[in-house]
Amino acid sequence: MDLGPYLVLATLEGAVTAAVLALTAVGLSLVFGVMRVVNIAHGEFFMLGAVLAWWVATSVGGHPALGFGAALIAAPLIVGALAMAADMTILKRLDYDPERTIVATIGLLYIIQQLTLMGYGPEARPVEAPFNTRLAIPWVEHGPEGWQMIWPWGLGTTTYKLAVIGAAVLILCAVWAVMARSRLGLVMRATQADREMAMAFGIPVERVYAITFGLGAGLAALAAVLIVPIQQAHYLMGADPLLLSFIVVIIGGLGSLPGTVLAAVLIGLSDGIISVFFSPTLAKIIATLLVALVLVFRPQGLFGKRAT
Amino acid sequence: MTTPTKTATRRGALKTLAGGAAAAALPLWARYTHAQSAEPIRIGFQQHRTGIGAAYGRWYGRTTEAAVGLINAGGGINGRPVEIVAEDDGTDPKRGAEVVEKFANQHGCDVGFGTLFSHVVIGSAPRAGELKLPYFVVSEGTHVSSGMLNRYTLQPGITDVRSQVISMAPFITETLGKKVTMIFPDYGFGYDHRDALAPAIEAQGGEVLAKIAIPPSETSFTRYFPKIPRDTEVLYHVMVGPAVLTFVKELGEFFGGQGPALFGFIDSLEAVAINSPGLDFLEGSHFWEGMCRHQQPDETAHEAFYREAVGVDARGASVNDPADVSTYGHMFGCWETLHVIKAGMEAAGYRGPQDRAALIEAVEAMSDMPQSREHPQGAKRFNGKTHQVFGHQFISQVKNGTLMRVHTTAIEDSLYPDMVDYTTQAF
Repeated sequence: MDLGPYLVLATLEGAVTAAVLALTAVGLSLVFGVMRVVNIAHGEFFMLGAVLAWWVATSVGGHPALGFGAALIAAPLIVGALAMAADMTILKRLDYDPERTIVATIGLLYIIQQLTLMGYGPEARPVEAPFNTRLAIPWVEHGPEGWQMIWPWGLGTTTYKLAVIGAAVLILCAVWAVMARSRLGLVMRATQADREMAMAFGIPVERVYAITFGLGAGLAALAAVLIVPIQQAHYLMGADPLLLSFIVVIIGGLGSLPGTVLAAVLIGLSDGIISVFFSPTLAKIIATLLVALVLVFRPQGLFGKRAT
Repeated sequence: MTTPTKTATRRGALKTLAGGAAAAALPLWARYTHAQSAEPIRIGFQQHRTGIGAAYGRWYGRTTEAAVGLINAGGGINGRPVEIVAEDDGTDPKRGAEVVEKFANQHGCDVGFGTLFSHVVIGSAPRAGELKLPYFVVSEGTHVSSGMLNRYTLQPGITDVRSQVISMAPFITETLGKKVTMIFPDYGFGYDHRDALAPAIEAQGGEVLAKIAIPPSETSFTRYFPKIPRDTEVLYHVMVGPAVLTFVKELGEFFGGQGPALFGFIDSLEAVAINSPGLDFLEGSHFWEGMCRHQQPDETAHEAFYREAVGVDARGASVNDPADVSTYGHMFGCWETLHVIKAGMEAAGYRGPQDRAALIEAVEAMSDMPQSREHPQGAKRFNGKTHQVFGHQFISQVKNGTLMRVHTTAIEDSLYPDMVDYTTQAF
């Protein structure tokens, strides 16, 4: 394929990756920022969202949009509730100790993954997109009769992929609004700034923690519901988003939402473009190398604040 | 200090004698001394229950169950019932080798059987050779006949990629086009396709323009497709893994009704219904099939019997759940391999692990296998030197959403010179 159409396609593919990644990583970043918990089970909450989306969509039946719509609401809520329960029964009892919570969330990862395998099985199952029309993108080429418009094969996207990008932008705006403008955001930011001071001011820190953990997991589940009509629900699908989310969160700065979003766009787009021009493996190598460089030269991340 | 040497004491001798007497008196013991034991023949089934091969594992399991049911209903092997000991290998080579060890050391299996994914075969076969456990794989990989493995590994129930590719290359170049681009999974099985296709196409005066490798665990594919050169006439695709439905769907979205002719291996569509939403673009395209998933008008009685025995309907789906589509193009290999094991054990007068070498020699002595209830896919020819079977290949075209067979290759089309003679290796 020629360079121009190639680049357009790569950017579109990268934008879809970036959109889903931004949602997942913001969830991870939120949990770390407020609770100082490194949630290794984050990818499994993502997977659980996709699996529940399949379950809800098939139970509802009817027009694909009905099932998908129900999944879009139900899956993140169920996953969020599960995560809150995990927070109250496990993380709280470990006093949110950074090392012990890492081990606990690793355990949680395996429990969720294996329970899904036992209940849902090892198959990959599709969820039908509510709408999915291919959009061909025209290209201008200098042919024998001068400049003319052509419709090369391969250059196109689908309405659903564009909708995923749009939905991710909307959800991220909503997260920003909650964090910056709402009372919940205020107490979350207060807890993030100084847990003990927040407690002294009567903020129910434990409840804030549970809500934050649920919100983080719910965002991952929401991202999964959006992607599941493009990919498929599978019990091992949590590994990639977890790795990429960590890459994004480290580059963006742990706990910084704007940094996370910017890093997600950067990693998503570069992943798309490098994958199309070279190979997806190289894209992962470069992303991981970037993490190493950031850790060496700017350990707080691009937007993070240095710990004092 | 001197090391005390073991000397026979009166007490020790008495103990040994008593033990021996007790053992001889045990009625259970006596059963093993007879050649015609009632002990079951234990076949270790290395099953891809989880991991990227799970869909195949499920159907390999059902086919194995059906074949063993038939064998046992017919009196078992040498009058002994067959028992399947299934172990999940997670479609993982390291776990695969451990499973083979469990078969030999823990479960006391007579043979190992049933592995599909080539990286698991390549990871497990050396261990089977070390443990001297006959290892009957159902994998399609050319790794058996290439000489990469050992005398204990055999593939008597399914043909290998190289023979499939060379027998079908003339159809591709004559019917579809001479400029071919290939997409293949980035591991052992895919490499067999990569290495076999280019010479086969070039021998027909064609050319392979690009070779695009995709990891089998990949979940998103569109970004690989722009590497397909513009002047491609035929896109040869073979993909495995949990996301094959996404693969074909994205292929359709990518081309949007334009693009090259498609020639796929049914692997790209195994366990996936061909009338899934988004797959309409496959209409008119061609597929290799190991065995025709959709019932053909001229289906033989043997095949009809097999189809019913494994519980598959005319569309290749489970009779209990039309959404549960089988891996019909591959799973017949389990059925046929189990019948080869039976024939081999009966020819060798197999009694127990002491006769494992005799079993392998008996299978090596096999050659032509006519189409029968035991070989419902079709007639086969086994090459005892390379431990690989050869057979007919089918090319189907999607017509009105149904895979209709349009071409059958002869066994002779799929033969190639021997690359190894395993019979010269010592047991």
